[in-house]
Amino acid sequence: MKKQLLAIAHARSGDKGDTANVGLIAKHPKYYPLLVKQVTAARVARHFKGMITGTVERFELPNLHALNFLLHGALDGGGTISLKTDAQGKVFSTALLRMVIEVSR
Amino acid sequence: MTKVVRIAAGQGFWGDWLEAPYRQVTGGPIDYLMMDYLAEVTMSIMQKQKSRDPSLGYAKDFIPLMQRILPVLAQRKIKVTANAGGVNPTACAAAVAEAARGLGLQGKLKIGIVTGDNLLDRLDGLLALGHALANLDTGRPLRDVRDRVLSANAYLGAWPIVDALRQGADIVITGRVTDTGLTLAPLIQSFDWRPDAWDRMAAGTVAGHIIECGAQASGGNRLLDWQRVPDLANVGYPIVEAHADGSFEIVKHPKTGGRIDVPGVTEQLVYEMGDPAAYITPDCVADFTTIQLSQVRKDRVRVSGVRGKPATDKLKVSIAYSYGYKAVGTLVYSWPDALAKAEAADRILRQRLKDLKLSFEAIHTEFVGVDATHGPLARKARQAHDVPEVQLRIGVRAREQAPVDRFTREIAPLILNGPPSVTGFAGGRPKPEEIVAYWPALIDKQVVKPMVEMLAV
Repeated sequence: MKKQLLAIAHARSGDKGDTANVGLIAKHPKYYPLLVKQVTAARVARHFKGMITGTVERFELPNLHALNFLLHGALDGGGTISLKTDAQGKVFSTALLRMVIEVSR
Repeated sequence: MTKVVRIAAGQGFWGDWLEAPYRQVTGGPIDYLMMDYLAEVTMSIMQKQKSRDPSLGYAKDFIPLMQRILPVLAQRKIKVTANAGGVNPTACAAAVAEAARGLGLQGKLKIGIVTGDNLLDRLDGLLALGHALANLDTGRPLRDVRDRVLSANAYLGAWPIVDALRQGADIVITGRVTDTGLTLAPLIQSFDWRPDAWDRMAAGTVAGHIIECGAQASGGNRLLDWQRVPDLANVGYPIVEAHADGSFEIVKHPKTGGRIDVPGVTEQLVYEMGDPAAYITPDCVADFTTIQLSQVRKDRVRVSGVRGKPATDKLKVSIAYSYGYKAVGTLVYSWPDALAKAEAADRILRQRLKDLKLSFEAIHTEFVGVDATHGPLARKARQAHDVPEVQLRIGVRAREQAPVDRFTREIAPLILNGPPSVTGFAGGRPKPEEIVAYWPALIDKQVVKPMVEMLAV
């Protein structure tokens, strides 16, 4: 069945210059393999189409049941240059949690 | 071998809760109070203040704060590490010394001052020697913006703070030192860790990363089960309880609010993370994929297994330069058709800016209440077209000030000559703002010479 990431994961995001990072954390270790398999860098890049101008990188932290994404060109120049409300990428975390993935019963 | 060292976080940024440091030093036993004041662009703000008044250029709030807690610090033998010195650690230390004398603490306090991070006066020499200080994000050489540079500071690590502590400093005031170094240094000093004990360096760095944002590790800004985090009004800031082997526990004082658990500490670990296997500081390269977390009991998380690799031969340099100007204006539109009205106002405003032949590097529109936080992802949501109100938020950016100034006069007219049901303009015309931008670079470690001075009160 299809579920929003919100149901099985939590997240925190922040900034480094014009790059936003999103740490995506499985609510339970049993969900971590689902994240690894389905929440790929390519899928995240499609999810944020129109919101970022650069590439997406993904790193795995199996010890924390977490994935870390770097969203390049996400912050309209970042820091003080940016005209965005979310100039420091604080809520890219919850934006990622809108993604829908397939979760077996 | 049962020695435990307690390091408490007092400030996560310049502007954090003023009550936190006092509560940390009075709420239970601690050995060190660690306070992080410096964000990426803070140094340039301080540099500006110093150029107007040579006795300024540090976090001014630090002085009344120290005045309040100095008697407790002296009585309980608590030491302080803080990068509150900004671009003028010497003046900051002098102000703290004066406050201490006012409290009758003469002869009872030694202040360590860490400098050597400030490269502004050395920039031309460094460029001439072939240090390009290229922008880490764009690759551009610093030469391109040299005449607009306002501040330049290397990020120093833990070791100069260790030197100050070894010379008997009770309070160590630094310029641009890494957030994590403020926590790692007391651990190195307490446990006599060697510089090449890379796993220990990494463990202390991870400890610093967890507590450097204050309550963000103890229940603040925490997403998972946020409604069930108890008593944030009385939140306890995090404390590291460290052991000589590099393992440590994250705790908070008894009878405080908030929560310390594995999900909350995990959220903080991934905050502002790059490559987790290579968290680079001046002191080591920490591998966050080796961290093991476990819940020991309520509000106590154990952190162990941290592995580290040798430090690199570079230091990061934080450079601030004058970029241009920006302004942001807002208006609020009400139901019915709130979003359609705000969108129409945006189109009208953009047409007028175009007709005025104003040139901007960027014009950015957000409809607050609809898409300001989640952009097109939120617009797909069904309710977007029946919201009770929408704030139109439009910003412009330019290298020159004139077009930005002209833009600020184009918002108010829309109240009477644009779409209806508009309000929320009591704040008046938006103010143009100078943009001081951040230029991250690397420099060879060997050209930066950290210095430590001692000041006896």
